[in-house]
Amino acid sequence: MDTEHQVPIWFFVGGLLLIYGVLIFGGGVYAWLSPPPVEHRVKLFEYHADIWWGLLLVGVGTLYLWLNWPWGKKGEA
Amino acid sequence: MLGALLLAAESGPLISIGPLDWVIIVIYFAVVLGIGFYLKRFAGTGEDFFLAGRKMTAWIAGVSFISANLSSLETMGWSAMAYQYGMLGAHAYFIGAIPAILFLAIVMMPFYYICKTHSVPGYLKLRYGEAARSLAGLSFAILTVLVSGSSMFAMAKILHLLLGWDMNISIWVSSITVAVYVVLGGLISAVFNEVVQFFLIWFGTLLIPILGLIHVGGWKNMMARISENVSTIHPDLPPGADFTSLWSNLGSFESNPMGIDWFGMVFGLGLAVSFGYWCTDFLQVQRVIVAKDLRAAQNGTIIGAVLKMCVPLIVTIPGLLGLAVLLNPDGSPVVLVPESDPRANITHRTFNDVLPLLMGQYLGPGLLGLGVTAMIAGFMSGMAGNVSAFATVWTYDVYRPLIYKNGTDRHYLNVGRWASLLGVLASIGTAYLLFFFSNILEYLQVLIFFFIVPLFGVVIVGMLWKRATAAGGFWGFLTAMVFSIAMWVFVHYFPQGWQPDPRIEIGKGAKVELIVNNENAPTQIIVREGEVKLTNVPLHKSLLTNDEQSKLLIAAADVVLPSRVAEGAPIAEEEADRQRAVERAEREKGNRVKPAAKPVVVLAPDVVLPDGQKSKFGTADVPVVIARNVAIELIEIRHTFAPAAFNPDHTKWIARSPAAQPMAVNMYSGFWTFCVALLVTIGVSLATKPKSDEELKNLVMGLTPLPDQGRAPWYESPYLWASVVAAVLIAINVIFW
Repeated sequence: MDTEHQVPIWFFVGGLLLIYGVLIFGGGVYAWLSPPPVEHRVKLFEYHADIWWGLLLVGVGTLYLWLNWPWGKKGEA
Repeated sequence: MLGALLLAAESGPLISIGPLDWVIIVIYFAVVLGIGFYLKRFAGTGEDFFLAGRKMTAWIAGVSFISANLSSLETMGWSAMAYQYGMLGAHAYFIGAIPAILFLAIVMMPFYYICKTHSVPGYLKLRYGEAARSLAGLSFAILTVLVSGSSMFAMAKILHLLLGWDMNISIWVSSITVAVYVVLGGLISAVFNEVVQFFLIWFGTLLIPILGLIHVGGWKNMMARISENVSTIHPDLPPGADFTSLWSNLGSFESNPMGIDWFGMVFGLGLAVSFGYWCTDFLQVQRVIVAKDLRAAQNGTIIGAVLKMCVPLIVTIPGLLGLAVLLNPDGSPVVLVPESDPRANITHRTFNDVLPLLMGQYLGPGLLGLGVTAMIAGFMSGMAGNVSAFATVWTYDVYRPLIYKNGTDRHYLNVGRWASLLGVLASIGTAYLLFFFSNILEYLQVLIFFFIVPLFGVVIVGMLWKRATAAGGFWGFLTAMVFSIAMWVFVHYFPQGWQPDPRIEIGKGAKVELIVNNENAPTQIIVREGEVKLTNVPLHKSLLTNDEQSKLLIAAADVVLPSRVAEGAPIAEEEADRQRAVERAEREKGNRVKPAAKPVVVLAPDVVLPDGQKSKFGTADVPVVIARNVAIELIEIRHTFAPAAFNPDHTKWIARSPAAQPMAVNMYSGFWTFCVALLVTIGVSLATKPKSDEELKNLVMGLTPLPDQGRAPWYESPYLWASVVAAVLIAINVIFW
């Protein structure tokens, strides 16, 4: 198996986490600016977990992408 | 006691997901399919397809090793265990996993790796010969497909109950996706998706314990709340049953909710079941024997141990939080019931719903989608793991030795691809079989234990004792498997017959009146119109007449059904009242109370109250009056063999106590099976001729020189990290003693 030119799995992980992070962060900001009715809110809504959890996903995803960028250096499986 | 409280579950799906959640789910499917198509170009030979080219790094091997085990059934199931058994549920991640994983890394991995076997049955062939390999290969292939199909059925059922999804669509969409990426990329595709799934599970569920602990006010408050709520949630357990300790409650069978003692926990779970599962279940072992070198295989396994120790954060803590923070609108704790409870999924949610309930409670749009995606990813990667392991064992351990010996590598690669597809189709077939015979799901889930514990007994003797012979291995394996199955039949066998608890099911749309006391608890239920199904509720037929039109029996006059039944006979209400008063007094004194007679369960999933409002409820231990002209269906069920029930007269011989709960019986069964495997393998070996030392080179301890792997920095030493992990394991057990 030619793994020299294989995109590392960590790259896929980073990409997916980054996309999810952006979506969840965006959803969180929207819910903060335009909150749903009280009866439809989840418990601890006031902590806005989606905003900081989304940011965490963006951070981890970006880190994995940066460390495992396959173009311009050798990847490994 | 079930009764007194009027309990109702919410109607409709448990979780409702929105557009953002759907986007997240669809992206996941697109990514896994994309990975499958991308990896096809890297699976050009048999070694690539079945063994991922043996080029995995330690981190990928370790993450994949744990991820293959971290399916959604695992996370939901062990959260349910923590809800049912408290902290004892965490043993599956400590003594029930870590010692075995470290043993695999340090002691067994060199044998698996150096002999270059492609599977565990493959090792049996080298060590014991063709007969043992064929037996193990065939059993494993069949069981893997059955387990994969039952997981698929369970997944479809859970997604239907939680999200309202159609079961057929769930089965076909997930199966086709898995089939595409496993057929294209083989093991490497399965491994890549397991790594992705690992991250999804963690990021999808870690918020639940974080928010839950913030909500409840920290660990101490959670434990205090559990102690307050547990008598309401688990009323049948002894009052002193301790939900908050790992070891201090294992001094006797009665002092913990599992009905087990320390011996069963250490030697049943910690030795037999755990070592069998982690050291010889090929689904697990395959993930690490494909590492790029022995050191990577050992370190990957140890990384897996570290990750395994972290899993209670997202599994055990949510289960415990379920006992503390799931509350009804009036502030009382939500009561979840086992799947076997007649009220399950009618008026009550089940133990398995604890994790999804918490997801619905804390996760808003987007986060909920991530949580649901994690669940789906867990199901699919579990299925992919089973299918890729099936394809390897089928091709190398069944097809090649027994059907077509002299094929080319290309031929076996194609057979592997077809076997993957066949594995998926056979799993779908099993899943559809369960639509019609869902009661066999109970034992399909435990089938794998019939196989892996005997296998471990035979493999470990073969690795550590060069005197073990081919005949010893074969007969040890076969006898222990038969013994394991016989024990299982024994604990589910009822010579006098087993009857499900008596219950009254009030039909859809029936008109019902509830008489309640000052505390709003029902004291009598009157069914005015409609249909009623009575299961194992004694009722003399002279009180009924045949209705010519409906062919049902109808009440000739008002009939009072008993609130309690003993030995198939009704208990007079005065006597039932007296029993209830005695039991209440005993409970107030803090004593364990077992009702003197069986309370009759009453289920009303969809009825109409006198004011015209629709309602649903479930209760027990309350007299029911059936008004004249109400149609009645009388059913009497009695089985001599019941997989869903354990005969306490028999379990006490296996698990050393009539108080043993199912998990305790499984652990002790594993221990006895292991003993039989050892005894028979050793006994038969002593009576038969062993192989020569030359034939056993690289297969047995003392005859397997470790290869020179070159110098490595100290931080790559597997011995160092195994010692660190062992020390942390001890510290955790002491802290939560």
